[in-house]
Amino acid sequence: MALLELQNVHTFYGNIHALKGISLAVNEGEIVTLIGSNGAGKSTTLRTISGLLSPRQGQVLLNGRRIDTMPSHEIVKLGVSQSPEGRRIFPRLTVLENLEMGAYIHSRRDPQYQADLERVLDLFPRLRERVAQKGGTLSGGEQQMLAIGRALMSRPHVLLLDEPSMGLAPILVDQIFSIVQDINKQGTTILLVEQNALMALGIAHRGYVLQTGQIVLSDSAKRLSENETVQKAYLGLD
Amino acid sequence: MAVKAQAQPLASRQASVGTLRQVLAPIGQIFVFVVGSSLILGAIVLVLALLLSRTQANLLSGVLTVLPLVIIDGLVLGFLYATIALGYTLVYGVLEFINFAHGEIYMVGAFVGGGLGLWLASQGLLAAMHPLLFVVFALLVAMTASGLLAVGIERFAYRPLRNAPRLVPLISAIGVSLVLQDLVRLLAGPSRFNLRYPQLGLSRRFQLLEIPTAAGANLRVAIDSQSLIFIVTSLLMLIALNYLINVTKLGKAIRAVAQDRATASLMGINVNLIIAMTFFIGGALGGGAGVLFGVKYSTVNPYIGFIAGLKAFTAAVLGGIGNITGAMVGGIVLGLLEAFVSTYLTLFTGGRFSGPDYASVASFLILIGILIFRPSGLLGEATTQKV
Ligand SMILES: Nc1ncnc2c1ncn2[C@@H]1O[C@H](COP(=O)(O)OP(=O)(O)OP(=O)(O)O)[C@@H](O)[C@H]1O
Ligand SMILES: [Mg+2]
Repeated sequence: MALLELQNVHTFYGNIHALKGISLAVNEGEIVTLIGSNGAGKSTTLRTISGLLSPRQGQVLLNGRRIDTMPSHEIVKLGVSQSPEGRRIFPRLTVLENLEMGAYIHSRRDPQYQADLERVLDLFPRLRERVAQKGGTLSGGEQQMLAIGRALMSRPHVLLLDEPSMGLAPILVDQIFSIVQDINKQGTTILLVEQNALMALGIAHRGYVLQTGQIVLSDSAKRLSENETVQKAYLGLD
Repeated sequence: MAVKAQAQPLASRQASVGTLRQVLAPIGQIFVFVVGSSLILGAIVLVLALLLSRTQANLLSGVLTVLPLVIIDGLVLGFLYATIALGYTLVYGVLEFINFAHGEIYMVGAFVGGGLGLWLASQGLLAAMHPLLFVVFALLVAMTASGLLAVGIERFAYRPLRNAPRLVPLISAIGVSLVLQDLVRLLAGPSRFNLRYPQLGLSRRFQLLEIPTAAGANLRVAIDSQSLIFIVTSLLMLIALNYLINVTKLGKAIRAVAQDRATASLMGINVNLIIAMTFFIGGALGGGAGVLFGVKYSTVNPYIGFIAGLKAFTAAVLGGIGNITGAMVGGIVLGLLEAFVSTYLTLFTGGRFSGPDYASVASFLILIGILIFRPSGLLGEATTQKV
């Protein structure tokens, strides 16, 4: 059984039909990437999984249990955490407070909390130097690190990452992707949404290609990156 | 490894120093504004007095004699407005919505405290009680009642309208405040329309300082027990609120919800619960202010919430709505201003203008001025400590 599974999910914004029957599965321990052009419905898929949007039809299953009817704060408690599109750092909370909010579902007296904090600050040493700085004053790259770190603080089984490389310098992109790989090796399953399909397919095990709310291709990452249509449309290769 | 062991305590120490500063800074700011506004208003009054003393003899000494009293009155009024203003600002911070029923939540608190006093007296318990014990007891009961009332109002009158156009919940709020006024009037009945707080026998005055004057008789500056209770209690409430908002997990969650509701829910924060808690805190502060008002001014009626609410709202806007320190500072500035206008307008015009009647005019002129010239409030955007 897949850890996370979407079955024929239809999601609407008012009467805009954004997801038109998405089915996908993410297995324990995998990195799965979701690629597609602007407006394809990648972020909508993640928002639906996290419960920010509820599907009008279809199901979202976590370990075989339906979560699509639950409010988003309950879904986090089940081990699904998201670093949302555009980072969404709390601008007037400090870096440390942002991380604390990431660990909201755990008690502060939880002995594991300090260890989680250490782990995140080890992954992102730049955050360690800035614990007392307000989130809104961080650079874009630092905010991205904070968003990922914050999402890790809840100790998720599944981490949803929405475009972690957006707007970052190439060297930072490499760094972020290798950190994502590390996080996965430490035991977290990852669903990665990326514009940067080349990089995403480079670290993912499997991938799905999304087009106007529908999945048009799904395969192992290796075969997807060799696929001609994918190369033309998303990798910028001819 | 050793480096890490050093780095971590540093990180948390930095953060806790920051925390202490966050709790104390607003109190410091209040202090600065208390002293600053008193000095500015005092200077204006003195200059006017000097100018007018050519035509009116003895004006200057009269002005000086009442000055300490005016400042104390202004502080009492200021803390009243500040405590109520926090309810507006907290709710605005998380929902961007003006809870116009908040004045009535304050009024209900005043009635609960007064009603408790009556009941204790009827049971013969009041006489056996230390007056301060009664005040504490009344505060706890009224704060709980007002807090729960605010939560109930949010649940039934605002939450169903959360996605409606902005004007709709505002209309609902006005409806709620009319209902509350009439409900309290009905429950109190004609005999208790003007509800008297129990006589607590708090007649002691505390001498603060003694200023020698040229005339020989020393000018004694004293504060009455009620005012002292008022100022100390509300200051404690403000400190507690700052601690709650800046240090506790609940406070951080409130700020997170205020800053980004959807992302807060991605953290596992139950947004509806946090909004309810925010209403509880704001309501409790309002209810506490109601009891303090009753203890200080001894009678309350079902309509006290209207003007007090309007003034407190002005204070919140003055300090920058949504800004916690701003609400406190705005309240203090407004209270002092009103106290000065009340006393000195009468004095300077030889009684032709009655100061107390014009105090509100001054307040609302300030409101209009702020809205036109500095809509982000006294503290401005850069320094705002928003929710
Ligand atoms: N709040 C909204 N209201 C209405 N329509 C929306 C809303 N959010 C997204 N949409 C629409 O839903 C579709 C899918 O949007 P989504 O954000 O999921 O795209 P995406 O694949 O993440 O794109 P991008 O790569 O640009 O982030 C788009 O057509 C978009 O216009
Ligand atoms: Mg997107």
